[in-house]
Amino acid sequence: MTRRLPAQAGEVINRSTPLSFKWDGGNLSAFEGDTIASALLANDKRIVSRSMKYHRPRGYLTADFWDPNGFVQVGDDPNVRSGHRLVENGMTIDPQNVWPSLDYDMKAANGLVGRFLTAGFYYKTFIKPQAMWPVYEKVLARFAPGGTVDLDTPHGYHDKRYAHPDVVVAGGGPAGMAAAISAASLGARVMLVEHEHALGGHLRWGNAEDRRLLDELRGKVEGAGVEILTNSTVTGRYEDNWTAIVQRSHPIAVERLIKARAKVLVVAPGLIERPYVFTGNDKPGVMLSGAVRRLINMYAVKPGERAVVFTGNADGDAAIVDLERVGVTVARVVDARQGENIVVAKGGAKALDSVELSDGSVIEADLLVTAVGWTAPTSLLNMAGDRPVYHAGSARFYPSAEIHNVLATGGIAGDGDADQLLAHAEATGRLAANRAAAVAHRVQDLTARALPVQGPEPTWPEDDRQSLPRDSHPALFRSTTHGIVDYSEDVDSKDLVAAAKEGYDSVELLKRYTTATMGPSQGKLETVNTVAVLAEARGETIQEVGTTVWRPPYAPITLGALGGRVFEPVRVSSIQSWHEANGATPILAGAWVRPDHYGDPAAEVTNTRTNVGIIDVTPLGKLDLQGPDVPKLLNHLYTNKWSQLPVGSVRYGIMCAEDGVVLDDGVTGRLSDNRYLMTTTSSGAATIWEWAENWLQTEHPDWQVHVTPVTSGFTSINVAGPKSRALVSRLVDNVDLGPDAFDYMQVRSGTVAGVPNCFMWRIGFTGELSFELHVPSGHGLHVWTALLEMGNDLGVKPFGLEAQRIMRLEKGHFIVGQDTDGLTKAPSLGMNGLIKLDKDDFAGKPELAWAMEQSLPSLVAIQTTDPAEVPTEASQIVRAGTNEILGRITSSRMSPTLDRSICLGQVLPEAAPAGTELTIVMIDGRRITARVMEHQAHFDPEGQRLRG
Amino acid sequence: MLLVPCPNCGPRNSADLRYFGESHERPNPASASPHEWRSYLYLEDNPADWLKESWFCRSGCRRYFTLERHTGTNEFRSPPMPGNKVGGKA
Ligand SMILES: [Zn+2]
Repeated sequence: MTRRLPAQAGEVINRSTPLSFKWDGGNLSAFEGDTIASALLANDKRIVSRSMKYHRPRGYLTADFWDPNGFVQVGDDPNVRSGHRLVENGMTIDPQNVWPSLDYDMKAANGLVGRFLTAGFYYKTFIKPQAMWPVYEKVLARFAPGGTVDLDTPHGYHDKRYAHPDVVVAGGGPAGMAAAISAASLGARVMLVEHEHALGGHLRWGNAEDRRLLDELRGKVEGAGVEILTNSTVTGRYEDNWTAIVQRSHPIAVERLIKARAKVLVVAPGLIERPYVFTGNDKPGVMLSGAVRRLINMYAVKPGERAVVFTGNADGDAAIVDLERVGVTVARVVDARQGENIVVAKGGAKALDSVELSDGSVIEADLLVTAVGWTAPTSLLNMAGDRPVYHAGSARFYPSAEIHNVLATGGIAGDGDADQLLAHAEATGRLAANRAAAVAHRVQDLTARALPVQGPEPTWPEDDRQSLPRDSHPALFRSTTHGIVDYSEDVDSKDLVAAAKEGYDSVELLKRYTTATMGPSQGKLETVNTVAVLAEARGETIQEVGTTVWRPPYAPITLGALGGRVFEPVRVSSIQSWHEANGATPILAGAWVRPDHYGDPAAEVTNTRTNVGIIDVTPLGKLDLQGPDVPKLLNHLYTNKWSQLPVGSVRYGIMCAEDGVVLDDGVTGRLSDNRYLMTTTSSGAATIWEWAENWLQTEHPDWQVHVTPVTSGFTSINVAGPKSRALVSRLVDNVDLGPDAFDYMQVRSGTVAGVPNCFMWRIGFTGELSFELHVPSGHGLHVWTALLEMGNDLGVKPFGLEAQRIMRLEKGHFIVGQDTDGLTKAPSLGMNGLIKLDKDDFAGKPELAWAMEQSLPSLVAIQTTDPAEVPTEASQIVRAGTNEILGRITSSRMSPTLDRSICLGQVLPEAAPAGTELTIVMIDGRRITARVMEHQAHFDPEGQRLRG
Repeated sequence: MLLVPCPNCGPRNSADLRYFGESHERPNPASASPHEWRSYLYLEDNPADWLKESWFCRSGCRRYFTLERHTGTNEFRSPPMPGNKVGGKA
C-alpha cells in the first residue's frame, strides 16, 4: 500500500526519478528528494525503531533531523538520521536496536519489567561487586542503542577548511535569508548556513503565500554574493566567534569541517516544535504538527486516515487545513485555547487506535497531531555567554544578553507578522555588517604594524533594532497523565518526579541522573518539558527552576568530521627509504619516524661493540649559532662554562629551567671564531630553539647572536665501534683522523664520501670510539650507503634506537625525560662539577645554588641480585618489608654485553651510597633485591673504549 | 579559540602562539631571596581585570611580546610592545 498523495504545490520530490532501496530486507520504492523517513511512510512503514530501554515500537514524531526515533543503519553507516538523510538508489537501510527483528523484539520484555528500569537504575544496580564490571559492560552494550560499526569500513575522505567571513548567519529560514541579503548589500562577506537540504525553513512546508515569499528571498539571496551552505550545521561558537560548521553537502568530501572566524555571528535557527507529555505519547501515529505538514506539503505523503488534532496555536490550525485538503478525516479538533485537553493515546503494541480526551470521550484515530508550542534553540547564544530567560506569557525561553558580536533574529527573538520579522532580520543584517566593519577596524588598531589602519575609527554601531512582539501562547507541557519526556533516552515524566523526590532536584543534577536531554537530540525536544516537569514537582515556576546550559555541539558530529584531514606531517630523515627497504621496524619519536631496530637489537649492540655500527641520528636537534656573543648565550643556557672553548672543540652541558629542573642536555662545538653548532635532545629541539630566542629577545636583546635551526638541514650518522676509525678513514681524505690529531670531544669539517661541508664530531652515546657525521641532508643517503659498502669487510651493520638505548644504559648515560622528570634538579644527576655557581648568571642559578645545599634524590646505577630479572621501568623501590617508597627504576634493559639485567634509578639520599641493598616491587607484586653500583656506568666505567 | 593580535602577523589563532601567562620581572638572580624568586616562578595575581601577559608567536614571526587582556571579556588593548620579562617557563 502506498500513502503517496497526488502532486502537491510545494513538493520537493522529483517524480520523474524513481528510486529503489532495501528496508529491513525488503524492496521499496521512493522518489529523488525523499528522505528515508518520507519514503518509509509513503510505503506505509510506520514503525521504524525500538526505544532504548523498553524496546517499545516507535514511529516518526517530527520526521526531520531531530526525530528521536528515526535512527537507522545505512550500509556500514550507523546512527543515520532517517528524517534527514536523502534516499539514494540502491541504498540498504536497516533498523537499529532491534533483536531479533523490528516486529518481534525480545528485549521488549523489558517493558514488562519496565518499572525496574527507573531513573538511576543502572547506577544503582551495576555498581557492586566491582569484579563484575566487565560482565555488566557486555550485558549493557548488548542493550545499548546504536548501529553496527564495521571496523573494515574504508575511511572516507573528510576535509577541513578555514574561512574568514565578516558575517556567518546560522539558519537559512526567512529571517536568516533576509539578514544575509541586507548584510551583503552593505559589502559584508557573508556565509549563510542552513541545516536542511534547501533554504527556506518553515516556508518550505507552508501555504501559497509562504512559497511566494520563499521564491522571492531565495532569488535575492542567490544574487547577493552570499556563500550559501545547505545541509550544513553551525555546531559550535567559541571565543572570538571561532565558529565550527559541519558541511555535509561537499561535492567530494563525505563531510567538511569549516573553521570560520566570523566577525559577527547572526543566530537565526528558528524554533523547534515541542512534544507534549501524556500517556501513550510515543505510540506510532502520534506526530507533531510540523511533521504532518512537512510530510504532506514537501513529500506528498498522507500521514494517516483519521486524525485527532490537539492545537494551541496557528501551526496546529494550519495542520488541520492541510490534513483536510488531502483527505484525512479530522475526527476531532481539541483546542487547548478553549481549555480542552488530551489524556491518553491508546492502542495495541504497534499503533494508535484511539485518543481519550479530558472530557472522557474516546475518539477513534490512527493519527494524533499535537501543536503545543516551541523550544527556542538558544544553543549558539548559550555558547556566547547568554543565559535564556523564560517568558510565561508566550511559554518559551528568550535570549537575554547583549553580546556585541552575536546577534539573534527570527523566531528565537520573538513573534510578529511576516513584515515585522523580515524588518527585524534586515535590521540585524545591517547591524551585523556595520559591526563587522567596526570589529575589523579594532583588529587593525591592535595590529597596526601588520595591518596599517585605514581611515578614522568608525563609531560603534549601536543596536537600534525594534524588538519583536511576543504572542501569547498557552503553557502546554504535560497533560494530567505521565508520558515520555525524552524519547531517545526513554525517560518518562514519572522518572523525573521520582528522581526529584530522591533529591536530584536541580535541573543539572536531574539531567545527569536520569539522562533526560542527553540523547542525540541534544535536548532540542526534551529540555523545556524536563524543566516544566521538575518545576511542577518542586512547586515552582519554570523561571525559578531555570534551564540547563546548552554546550557544543549544536547537533551531534561524526568523528570523521572532527578528525578530518590530518595536517601534522611526519618527519623522516633522508635515509628513511633505505630503512624501509631494509626491514627497519619503525618507532614514532615525537614528530619523527625512525628505525627502532632492524630485527635483532641485541645483535646490533654486539656488532657495534665488536666491529662497527652506524645509526641514523638525524632527529638530534641542531642549532647553528653565529655572532660575537654566542659564548654569553651558552654560558646563560648551560650550567657550565663556555667562554674558553677553543675552535675545533666540543663540550657537553646540561640546561636547566629557571626552577632548576633539568631541561635538556647535549654538546656544542665551536666551528670557527663566531660560529657554533649546538645539538639538543631530539625531543627538546623545538623547546631549546624557543628557549634561546626567549633569552635573546627578552632579557638580553643587546647580545649579538643569530639562532638558526638546522636539524633537518643535516643528516646525522653516528659511526660507533672499535673499527669506526678504520671505516671513516676510508671515506675522508682531507682530515687527519689519527688519535693525536682528532681527539675525543673535538670537531672537524671536511669532505665525507665526496660530500664537502660535512662536520665530524668525536662523540657518541654508546661509549664506543665514535664519529658523528653531519652531512648536508641531500647527500645523507649517499653517505649512509657508502659507509655500508666501504665497511663490508669491517662488519659494519646499521643499528637502531633500541640498540642505542641499551648501549647508553650500559654506559649509565641518562636521557632527559626518561631518567629525569619534572622535579629532577641538576644536582640529582651526579655531575655537580658541571654546575658553576661562580658564573654571574645563568638560567636557574638561584635554584641550583639552593638545591646544592639540600639532599636531593640521586640517579644511580642499579643491578638486580638475580641477573635475569628486568624490572619494568617505573617500578617502585621500597624500604624492605614496608611500602615506604625510596625511589624508582627509570630505565632497565637486559644487557647483551654483560649478559645481565641493568638499571638506572632515582633513589633518596639514604639509599644512594654504593652497595646499598634495595627492594624493588615488580609489576606482578613480587619483591626482588638489587644493589646500588659504585659507578653510574655498568660497562667500561673508566671510558677506555670511547677514547679509542 | 582566542584571536590574538600579533603586532607583526596581525590577528592569529591562539594555537599559533605559546601563552606564557602573566608577565613577571625577573628578579636579580644574585640577590633574590627564595621567596622573591619563587614568586617570580609560581605566583600569579590572577585579577579579574586588565592583565599584562606574555606570548610567543610560535608559528608566525617567532617574536616574544606582551599584550594587555581583560580577563573578564578577553578584550585586548593597546598596541603591544616588543616584550620582555617572559622568563621562568621553558
Ligand atoms: Zn607573529
